[in-house]
Amino acid sequence: MGKTTLVKSVSEIEPLTTEENLTVAGIGTDSLDGVESKSTTTVALDFGRMTFTEQNLVLYLFGTPGQDRYWFMWDELSRGTLGAVVLVDTRRLPACFPALEFFEQRGIEYVVAVNEFDGGFRYTTEEVRDALTIRDQVPIVMCDARNTRSATAVLISLIEHVLLAVTSRTA
Amino acid sequence: MTAVPGDHPVLDGPLLDGAAGPVVRPYSVTYGRTRPRSMLDLTTMLLATGRTPRHMEPEHAQALRLCRLATSVAEVAANLQQPVVVAKVLLSDLIAWDALITGVPTVDNPDLQTMKDLLDGLRKLQFSDPYGDDPDRGEDSRRGGLRGG
Repeated sequence: MGKTTLVKSVSEIEPLTTEENLTVAGIGTDSLDGVESKSTTTVALDFGRMTFTEQNLVLYLFGTPGQDRYWFMWDELSRGTLGAVVLVDTRRLPACFPALEFFEQRGIEYVVAVNEFDGGFRYTTEEVRDALTIRDQVPIVMCDARNTRSATAVLISLIEHVLLAVTSRTA
Repeated sequence: MTAVPGDHPVLDGPLLDGAAGPVVRPYSVTYGRTRPRSMLDLTTMLLATGRTPRHMEPEHAQALRLCRLATSVAEVAANLQQPVVVAKVLLSDLIAWDALITGVPTVDNPDLQTMKDLLDGLRKLQFSDPYGDDPDRGEDSRRGGLRGG
């Protein structure tokens, strides 16, 4: 939850939504523990774009659902990805386990962003790290996905983390 | 790969209930084809070659127009308002007809300079951002709650 918002906060275009593989969608059930306001499962793929004219770069952002039945989508997106942001909803911390496992298994660099918005429980980064057994090397950042500056900061921490990982690999 | 515009392969299987989609079924656009002829990812970049195929459907023409500037498969699908797989079929036709060329993002093994440039761009954006602290841009504002903290 909050993926669309995060993409929207930084994308220069209105986030586009498209559907992937209609036949796979709808298998299994979404976890609704403590999330009464969300009654439908997201099967859409959110997509945003950032252009950096000066640097001659285009950054594409893809938001995909976190349930492990969408792994087929993540596999495709993880080809040619710089890294990933695992956006955590504090009301359902365990929901991000599949995503963490996926990126760990495939050696894809990621950061964990804890979306702090109304109605959610407040945790410290260390509490989140302990609860989800996240490696010390993986940055955990608090964010407000609605806020452009905060969302940009999440991307900055991801790129810093990837840069560090690439540098230490080649060192 | 050769293109046979008159070639309309049969459906892979029956489309039932929700899978059949809206009244005008997306897969009718592709003559029921659900498998693109080329390997395309969501992030594969496409660019029109300037060549216009003689026989193409309106959806092909629309997809081709969307690729006049380098564009990703995901962006084309979203703008066509079609499922990704439908867009992939249409785009793979255009590739087979030499109307499009593809490129893949060069980030599988990202070079340091690109990463540094990106970081530079993001940092500049963060300090120059006109929307800064306006949470109303986000959809969560519709929930109507005030920010705690």
